[in-house]
Amino acid sequence: MRLQKSTQFALYAVLELAADPERQLSTADIAARYGISAHHLAKVMRRLVRAGLIQSVRGVGGGYRFSGNVRRVTLWDVMELFEPDAQGVEDDEAAIGTPISQALDNVRAEIDDLTRATMQSITLKSLLKFAPKEIDDELLLRSI
Amino acid sequence: MSEPAKNIRDAVATDLEAVIRLDEIHTGLAKPDYWREMFQAYVMEQHFGRNFLISDVAGEMVGFIVGEIRTWEFGSPPCGWVFAVNVSPDCREGGVGSGLLEAICQRFRKDGVGTVRTMVSRNDGLNLSFFRSQGMTAGPYMELEKSLGQG
Repeated sequence: MRLQKSTQFALYAVLELAADPERQLSTADIAARYGISAHHLAKVMRRLVRAGLIQSVRGVGGGYRFSGNVRRVTLWDVMELFEPDAQGVEDDEAAIGTPISQALDNVRAEIDDLTRATMQSITLKSLLKFAPKEIDDELLLRSI
Repeated sequence: MSEPAKNIRDAVATDLEAVIRLDEIHTGLAKPDYWREMFQAYVMEQHFGRNFLISDVAGEMVGFIVGEIRTWEFGSPPCGWVFAVNVSPDCREGGVGSGLLEAICQRFRKDGVGTVRTMVSRNDGLNLSFFRSQGMTAGPYMELEKSLGQG
């Protein structure tokens, strides 16, 4: 499954912030960390603020902070904000209902159901729990 | 104040009514006959690889888990299956389910299997999220089905 760029950026940002809800990060910080466009990410961040998943912190050292519940928010909650198909929007170019197109639609619906169930079952906390831990650079340097 | 200690033990015959009640709370459907048969097969009789575990706090049951080692079913090498796990709504997010799953996995390991498997309805967000939070992911098998219609 291929996610829209905005969805990927949103998942990076939300997970990065959810990993430490006390921490504030700027759009530039996150963009640099993932090597993505800060301009595109800024638009994504505004959408995430409106959805209540993150909050904007003003002032010196301002940026964004996670404001959801890591045990409740799922990957689907983020994904459905940016994936038009996630909200059941029909493809304008879909063929009218021939038996073959209907059979293909059934296969697509089956895949969509599986995708939705999978994304809805993974909370941010679960994903972060099993994300590979980064090597502590300092520790690595000390061990050399 | 520290939480009261959770104890995990094998189910005994007198747990039956509490298990029926807890299952009904979660599923909305009382299945006394089903659980009586399960108790007969998993509690009263001893079979290799079958486990019916209870978690209790201060003598009160707060959760249970049922599982079994199945061999070559669906072509699969020996594997531990979890058929049911249930935690009292008042005690959720307190580590009861995690403790039960870890306990049954230890039994499976001790009996020589290295994989645990379960099947969950796509609509059962609570259990799906629970198993995911324990590191379980989609496995190499797919469940397929079709309606048999009218006979």
